[in-house]
Amino acid sequence: MTLALDATLCGLIVAVALATVLGRGVFRAIVFFIVYGLLLSVAWVRLGAVDVALAEAAIGAGLTGVLFLAAVGKLARTGAEAEPAPGRPHLPAALACAGLTGALAWAWFALPEPERPGSDLAAALPRAGVENPVTAVLLNFRAWDTLLESIVLLAALVGLWLLARDEDWHDRLGLPQHVRPGGVMESFGRLLPPVGVLVGIYLVYIGADRPGGAFQGGTVLAAVGLVAALAGLIRTPRVTGHLWRAAMVVGPLVFLAAGVAGAALGAGFLTLPEPIAGGAIFAIEIALASSIAVTLAFLVIGPPERGHRR
Amino acid sequence: MSALVAVLVLPLAGALATVALPGRAARIAASTAIAATLAAALALAAWVAARGVPRLEIGGWAPPVGIAVEADGLAAAMIVMTATVMAAAGLSARHMLAPGAAGARAAFGFWPLMLLLWAALNAVFVSRDLFNLYVGIELLSLAAIGLVAIEGKAAALAAAMRYMIFALAGSLLYLAGVVLVYAAHGALDAGLLTDRTPARTDGLALALMTVGLMAKTALFPFHVWLPPAHGGAPAPASAMLSALVPKASFVILLRLWFDVMPDQATEGALALMAALGTAAVIWGGLAALVQERLKLIVAYSTVAQIGYLFLVFPLAGGASAEMPWAAGAWNGAVFLALSHGLAKAAMFLAVGQWMAARGGDRLEDLRGIATAMPMTAFAFALSSITLVGLPPSGGFTAKYLIMTSAFAAGQWGWALVMAGGGLLAAAYLYRPVAVIFARAEVPDSPLPSRGRQVVPLILAGAAVALGIASAAPFDLLSTGRPQAAGEGL
Repeated sequence: MTLALDATLCGLIVAVALATVLGRGVFRAIVFFIVYGLLLSVAWVRLGAVDVALAEAAIGAGLTGVLFLAAVGKLARTGAEAEPAPGRPHLPAALACAGLTGALAWAWFALPEPERPGSDLAAALPRAGVENPVTAVLLNFRAWDTLLESIVLLAALVGLWLLARDEDWHDRLGLPQHVRPGGVMESFGRLLPPVGVLVGIYLVYIGADRPGGAFQGGTVLAAVGLVAALAGLIRTPRVTGHLWRAAMVVGPLVFLAAGVAGAALGAGFLTLPEPIAGGAIFAIEIALASSIAVTLAFLVIGPPERGHRR
Repeated sequence: MSALVAVLVLPLAGALATVALPGRAARIAASTAIAATLAAALALAAWVAARGVPRLEIGGWAPPVGIAVEADGLAAAMIVMTATVMAAAGLSARHMLAPGAAGARAAFGFWPLMLLLWAALNAVFVSRDLFNLYVGIELLSLAAIGLVAIEGKAAALAAAMRYMIFALAGSLLYLAGVVLVYAAHGALDAGLLTDRTPARTDGLALALMTVGLMAKTALFPFHVWLPPAHGGAPAPASAMLSALVPKASFVILLRLWFDVMPDQATEGALALMAALGTAAVIWGGLAALVQERLKLIVAYSTVAQIGYLFLVFPLAGGASAEMPWAAGAWNGAVFLALSHGLAKAAMFLAVGQWMAARGGDRLEDLRGIATAMPMTAFAFALSSITLVGLPPSGGFTAKYLIMTSAFAAGQWGWALVMAGGGLLAAAYLYRPVAVIFARAEVPDSPLPSRGRQVVPLILAGAAVALGIASAAPFDLLSTGRPQAAGEGL
């Protein structure tokens, strides 16, 4: 039974991936891409990696899909051709991709059986301050990676804002949204956020012990903000809004400050002494989730733009 | 030890402050972070020279559980060079981005991106962990792409987009290689991997990582993104992008081929890398010869100079690794990376000041500029000497080391590449130098202050000083080298 399920899942993933790449039409490709992300997250659940599944569903399928849809909408509005003319396949690119695929397929057979995570990790886990091993790796063992990753998001947002026109800089982020009063989007926008806020906060809260954490929870919270903005319930802020900018940096800042405090107190850079590790990780996760939520939402909304301009 | 933490933390803290604070306060925060990081970089180099290699297991977790960082001589030297270039670029940008001189958009974006770029460079130079290096080059690429786009014109955005496609493809290939390494060995730490039992997939992993890093280093034939990106950015950004960014992925390549997996270095692969380097020297040199815009000449010269760096692989890797000439080639390549960084930054900053005075960088616009701005013209000429490789510059020392290694190794073909590349560089740099020193009617235009004009001169002087006083940087470089790198030739 499980074999049949897994085989069906694999078949579906490959089929949807092919449909994404080979099918005509950008919009259709995006829809397939979102389905592809959801199927992948099911596959991660089957592999027992629930944290990865959550991230894939929220970011890989959800936010990335919304970004693509927004890009297509923008192309159509500016009058640019969203549908590329059907052309011949790019032969060198096709050959390079085929070669890479072949090499990776060979590697799959040549690699040794994967081992369980080593004994070093098992020995370190009880001293990490949290029970969820993924959170232990992300916020304690490899905290330096995670700190840099959280700043990568910030760099992406600064880069995105630089794409604004100089004369639009002081306008609100993104394009103004208009929804029909009492329409589907508006009622959706009233219904979803309370539930979403609850789920997002729960995911951050539970992250210490079970699947969840700042990235997954922050993404859900970002989605809540996006739905509210799309439904026209809230107006997007401006680049110069200093409270929002502070919210963007508070996560990395708290993380960095905790690291420096460890160094200053003699424990070492980014060292969380065992008795306080759990509490420190929780505090860092809350701050990170706020920054991730704000930054991701701003990334999807886009740079400041004046409405109705060509 | 605390200097090691400081070079990682200070630029990050500065970047966060410049995002959060309003205009004037952000400028003050940026200046403070630049000065503090420069001081920390010098302190770190002094520590390394006096006491050896500081090592930090971040969070107190030893590999394979945690991440280790180490500042060996190579890292310390690159960090000091980076700090010098960053300080000069920051000084130049202060005036360019002053309120009123630039739009609010560029004035907001430049400082955080510059400081993030710096933090990423330092993180890459000291990291001993293959996945941490991936995070580092991701941050590096994103900040660099933002700096290319900062001009805001359509051409700059197109260059940034092209750069992004190359950089992301490179990142993915590198990551695929890291995944293979982790799957085979369950470790990401450079030291642990050096002592590993080689697996069948190691060759493929190294190849994937190398191709990805070559795309990021802009080695021929992956160089096509570089000239429009470096030529289109504002001068202080071009200086950082051209002098520093390709060096980070090159340093990772050095670590992979000489420290992590020297056992996988086959003669054919090493020769192929040097052959691509040779193609880069020739192609970059020829392309620089036919450009009409000075910034593009300087950018194509980076394509050529990156090519030299890859001659180190057959001369110091594989069967040559145990030979007496290996140390000379290795030191020569690092010396070239250092002196090219200083000289190239000096050139871009000088060109930036001329563009501000003359309104363009076409060679015809710049005729006789030396009469009006002699200090920057002198800086450009000094930098040219280093790029061509004439004594007594750092470029000469580097080329001398690599050429003597090539002759000692009996691989004289690579020495020919060095000599031919030097001639090409002399040819393509003669045109701008001749134009800027030509006698011409000088149109009256407002000139930058002397304080600003002296900045590129300091950088160019440092590139020459690297050749005159080569003993101290030489000792620093050999700190923490596995082989006795100070010996040899």
